[in-house]
Amino acid sequence: MMKRSLLPVAFLALASGCTPAPDAATLNGLVYCTEGSPESFNPQLVTSGTTIDAISQQLYDRLLDIDPNNGNLLPALATNWQISDDGLTYVFNLRDDVEFHQTEYFSPTRKLSASDIEFTFNRILDIHHPFHQTATEYPYFDSVEWRELVKTVKAVTHSQVVFQLNKPDSSFLSTLATDFAAILSAEYGEMLQKNQELPQLDTLPIGTGPFKFREYKKDVLIRYYRNGNYWRKTGNLDQLVIDIVPDNTKRLAKLLTHECDVAPIPRLAELSLLAKRKDFEVDQQTSLNVGYWAFNTQKAPFNNVKVRQALAYAVNKQSILQAVYFGQAEEANSVLPPNSWGYNPDGQHSSFDLVKAKQLLDEAGYPNGFSLDIWAMPVQRLYNPNALKMAELLQADLAKIGVSANIVSFEWNTFRRKLRAGEHDSVLIGWTADNADPDNFLRPLLSCASAISGSNRTNWCDSQYDQLIADAVLTADVTKRRQLYFLAQDYVAEQVPLIPIAHSRRFQVKSSKVTGMQINPYGGISFTAAGKTR
Amino acid sequence: MMLRYLARRAFLLAFVLVALTVFSFSLNFMFPGDLLTNVTGLRDIPSEQRQELSQAMGLDHGYLRQYIDYTRRIVAGEWGLSFSSQQPVLAEVRTVLPATIELASYALILSLILGIPSGIIAAVRKEKWLDNAISGFALVGYSVPIFWWALLLIMIFSLQLGWLPTSGRIGVLYEVPHHTGFMLLDIWLSDLPYKHAAFRDALIHLTLPTLVLATYPTTVMMRFVRESMLEVLDKNYIKTARAKGLNRAQVLYKHGLRNALLPVTRQIGLQFSTLITLAMLTEVVFSWPGIGQWLIDGIYQRNFTAIQAGVLVISTLVIVVNISTEVLHTLFNPLARKF
Repeated sequence: MMKRSLLPVAFLALASGCTPAPDAATLNGLVYCTEGSPESFNPQLVTSGTTIDAISQQLYDRLLDIDPNNGNLLPALATNWQISDDGLTYVFNLRDDVEFHQTEYFSPTRKLSASDIEFTFNRILDIHHPFHQTATEYPYFDSVEWRELVKTVKAVTHSQVVFQLNKPDSSFLSTLATDFAAILSAEYGEMLQKNQELPQLDTLPIGTGPFKFREYKKDVLIRYYRNGNYWRKTGNLDQLVIDIVPDNTKRLAKLLTHECDVAPIPRLAELSLLAKRKDFEVDQQTSLNVGYWAFNTQKAPFNNVKVRQALAYAVNKQSILQAVYFGQAEEANSVLPPNSWGYNPDGQHSSFDLVKAKQLLDEAGYPNGFSLDIWAMPVQRLYNPNALKMAELLQADLAKIGVSANIVSFEWNTFRRKLRAGEHDSVLIGWTADNADPDNFLRPLLSCASAISGSNRTNWCDSQYDQLIADAVLTADVTKRRQLYFLAQDYVAEQVPLIPIAHSRRFQVKSSKVTGMQINPYGGISFTAAGKTR
Repeated sequence: MMLRYLARRAFLLAFVLVALTVFSFSLNFMFPGDLLTNVTGLRDIPSEQRQELSQAMGLDHGYLRQYIDYTRRIVAGEWGLSFSSQQPVLAEVRTVLPATIELASYALILSLILGIPSGIIAAVRKEKWLDNAISGFALVGYSVPIFWWALLLIMIFSLQLGWLPTSGRIGVLYEVPHHTGFMLLDIWLSDLPYKHAAFRDALIHLTLPTLVLATYPTTVMMRFVRESMLEVLDKNYIKTARAKGLNRAQVLYKHGLRNALLPVTRQIGLQFSTLITLAMLTEVVFSWPGIGQWLIDGIYQRNFTAIQAGVLVISTLVIVVNISTEVLHTLFNPLARKF
């Protein structure tokens, strides 16, 4: 009796434990696991790399693109362009076959035209633009001083748009090719204005990119569908899902179980684990970034150039590359990485030499050394995956020349606030470029203007240096620009406001089933040509 | 008589709910920051709107009137906005709560299916090897920390064997429309072309979290049923029944089970609060988008309106389940009625 009544129960228990394997072939899509939720769906309003990766290349196009192989500019929405002889007028001719996204919330009635370009850039430029006030700032465009640089943006014909500049700027085209310069739809803007739903421009995106917006669940996922009318050749994906997994360990686990197809891996220590498996491919490329040690040159003894030079000879970069970057970075001789066209392979730089360091310290008047604070940033970044460990290595090197170092760290927001206030002696920090132009390293890191705006952590303000980099953007002659950048870098190597330490490689892990993807060193990840084999 | 008992329970429920809302109301004042922000969940309220808004919330009156206004808003479903997403908190609760209830009920059902029979077997085979095995397993299962157990299962079944996914309710490529919030039901109700595949995928995603969450209640059930059964089997009426000539199985079924399983209803109610606590841990480990993970995220993000709502919903749920299982127990068991 009892046996009979228990049998079905036992059977049920067994059955719930084993379920058949999933049927992956039913859905044709790719899952990209990212580190955080996007702050906005409009690249004009953000700077965070995580957000740019999630939105920019997938939803939007730009006037120009950057060739990931060599950094040259390629036509995108603009088929060609002319620059006037005085370098003040830029004329762009547009493609005539580009359609905006057709979604549940917007149906375009016309193709891309010059008025869309005008709409997009006037939002940033013109305070009377209906959408200008809906955002508090345009961080990237503010940082390149867009409003001082550009006078007007005008659609002259249906397919031609003209930019008038206030002064020549040879990095202007590079700015238009960044992920931030995405093209929006003027027609969508008009519709939102009519419905009085202005903020939707940045939350329910309409672009011309290879994917169109489907849904967004905060902290959970973003879902895009294929844009069937895309003007470029695309891969075979029907949908792209961006799965938001902030925890590094969980993201790695999801990669291993193939719940994610592609994921950024910031922890270099985990790469060896993935490199061993056949079902994954690890792509790497030197990225446009630099990790460096900056001195607060307004403070004694760092206002003494001999002291800075002495410290530069005391840094053992090779041991840092091994211990902090696990060999996945290149030694930095300048703030510019070697794949930048402004880099001088024969430029000056100081190597590890304790005798010379000691001798310079004697000359500077510190024969018995001194003590300093090293501020180590509390977060992991590609350019510096472990600032605390780096600080400890520096501490050991410096002890050999009689300099005693204290390591200081704060919570990240406090850290940045105190840095901005100039309370530090020296700091371990870094920079990732937004575009391939050398100006994007040399100006924000070391110019006087950026010492005030905050990205120049050295507080170094040197008129000779500022003159060099200002002259460089005023000329369109690349050979001449390169010469000026060589001079500027040599000057930095001599003055040592900062010591460049490493250019980290950028890594991306993907399932071997994913095809048609390439790391782009100049910007966000792109799934345009991505496909998946069954 | 019975009605009076029910009235007493209803009164108790009402009293506890009032106490809860008083506590939740007082959180408005205990959380750091601006009172008006804590109450409404609105960030950066423009100063010209403050006056109007605080009148609408009744903040210009005494505490008693404020409390009454607060409970009125709770009943009307105006729970304020979430600090982090600026969406209505109640709408967020509605999407996350079903996920927790779904997971917890499957775990509870599994624990009953596994726990009760093995408890009975253990009692019947008292101090034989089968009893020792079951009791040993129960002791181990009762003692393992659930997050460690979850990670161990993930390591074996997900990372080593690659059989089961590590997180979520369903693969992210499946787009299941939201009707009830219960995943399996939603898939059933939908007209997706990949309905069957989605159903299988949801089941696979359920397997590990359900197993992990069921571990503790299963072992509690095993031990409880075994003890209760042993106690009943020792009773004189069982001996009498055997003496009357009934065989073992008949005695067990007719006299033993019925009496031994009565206290189990009550036990389910008592275990429910533990189950919800464990569900929160399970949700965090498996990134299960339920109310536990939502509440813990809320705590990390200092999302006060979410914390308030989460505490209110979870405690109300626990209290209601507790009292209703007790009422059920009383209905089934005449001995428990102390009129």
